[in-house]
Amino acid sequence: MDIKVRVWRQSGPTAGGKMVTYDVKGISPDASFLEMIDVLNETLILNGDDPIAFDHDCREGICGACSMVINGVAHGPEKATTTCQLHMRKFKDGDVIDVEPWRAAAFPVIKDLVVDRSAFDKIIQAGGYITAPTGTAPDAHATPVPKKDADAAFEAATCIGCGACVAACPNGSSMLFTAAKIAHLGLMPQGQPERDSRVIDMLQAQDDAGFGGCTNAGECTTVCPKGIPLSLIGRLNSDYRKAISKR
Amino acid sequence: MAVDTPIPKTANAAGATARPTPRKSVRPSSVILKLVMAVSGALLVLFLFAHAAGNLKIFVGETDFDHYAEWLRELGTPLLPHGWFLWIQRIGLLAGIGLHIWAATVLTIRAKKARPVKYAHRPKIQGSYAARTMRWGGVIIVLFVIYHILDLTTGTFNPAGGDSDPSARVVAGFAPERWYVTLFYTLAVVSVGFHLRHGIWSAFRTLGQQTTKGERRAQAVALVLSVVLVAMYLSVPFAVLTGLVG
Ligand code: HEM
Ligand code: SF4
Ligand code: FES
Repeated sequence: MDIKVRVWRQSGPTAGGKMVTYDVKGISPDASFLEMIDVLNETLILNGDDPIAFDHDCREGICGACSMVINGVAHGPEKATTTCQLHMRKFKDGDVIDVEPWRAAAFPVIKDLVVDRSAFDKIIQAGGYITAPTGTAPDAHATPVPKKDADAAFEAATCIGCGACVAACPNGSSMLFTAAKIAHLGLMPQGQPERDSRVIDMLQAQDDAGFGGCTNAGECTTVCPKGIPLSLIGRLNSDYRKAISKR
Repeated sequence: MAVDTPIPKTANAAGATARPTPRKSVRPSSVILKLVMAVSGALLVLFLFAHAAGNLKIFVGETDFDHYAEWLRELGTPLLPHGWFLWIQRIGLLAGIGLHIWAATVLTIRAKKARPVKYAHRPKIQGSYAARTMRWGGVIIVLFVIYHILDLTTGTFNPAGGDSDPSARVVAGFAPERWYVTLFYTLAVVSVGFHLRHGIWSAFRTLGQQTTKGERRAQAVALVLSVVLVAMYLSVPFAVLTGLVG
């Protein structure tokens, strides 16, 4: 198939950028979106141009690296799918496809489509851990966990930290990401000792990093490749209210 | 080697300090701001229902409506001097709306700063119309409330004037030849409906509602309350317009 892509090109963190149009010809409908960019980049390199910089790693939907907004939707038009798992057959021959980086003050553009997501690391460092003695692994059944909690914690733990929620949020908020981490740890017995400090510190780190507040608009859940439910934000709010009332 | 090395006090699994030094931030957190908005908003919603119920008294009769208005001033007497209850309520409402607008403004500024560069390609936001219009809808509501007080409370903009009976002000205010007033009123009341359709649900969530089943229930409650409120408020001007009252 033959398509056109309009891609955000920006040579460095402080440089200005603009959308640049490229023709991509003879792409297989079975190619992934990233493979399409690979093909385009080969042409750019052969022509002596700078290839389009973009993040990618696993290319199997589990690392969360492949951040890009495709036609205004984080990770493109297919639900619950990362860009690396998106296929060109989702588009039509002759389409013009817009590709932009995540747009958030807390995720500054490094180059082209690559953004710096270390703000998420700061949120995790503030409380996304449990305190546990190191050494040999404890027996798996040493601490019983109700099945319901284990399943809910696992669902929350599937968050891959991709940042699509931030990219889609009209307020540039990372509340869904933070809520997923709070729920994942706070549902487990091992996560109880830090449950109160975790929610306060992680929310503080999120606010300090320059993310906006949540207005329950729900755009985040719609684009989340892992389908993290919006209801977890209610859990964060509830944990937060209880934690501050104890201080 | 299995020698007991004392664990440094600050170490933990993530290699960060065990308890990040609490930053004494003077900025209220985004969830605190939402809590302020939810509690003040809930207070305003309670008032809106009480006010709407009182308005319906005009269907019983115009003198009954005027008695109701007088009763509001006598509420609390003899404990409170005449008219004090109303002033206490007004101060409470002003504080509520002040806090609500303050929290909304701080969060709006933060949200704008959080996305300094806009997307070149942005399809219509998928969320509800109500959720998208909370901020501008709120501004319309406040402008309306100011006009509304000058019209029906002080009578400044009312053809019947401030010294007339409350029911006379209602009838004169919504007279057919002042259709543009009724139009503006309708627009504002519908804005309140949209604001509350998202707002009431959002308040449940802010206060900790956290199940998917409860989410649907809270959204249904918000929708029903908003529709009922809009119907109660629109019934009065349309009754005057069609001659049912007056
Ligand atoms: C200038 C006036 C107003 C502005 C700018 C304003 C703005 C806002 C904003 C931005 C929100 C957050 C919405 C969200 O979560 O997406 C909100 C929530 C809310 N508003 Fe207002 N509003 C105003 C007036 C009112 C009035 C008069 C009422 C009551 C009748 C009201 C009731 C509520 C309620 C119940 C909420 C839900 C609180 C929450 O989000 O947890 N608002 N408002
Ligand atoms: S919540 Fe979903 S969209 Fe947000 S970072 Fe996690 S996986 Fe990505
Ligand atoms: S490259 Fe790992 S999720 Fe897409």
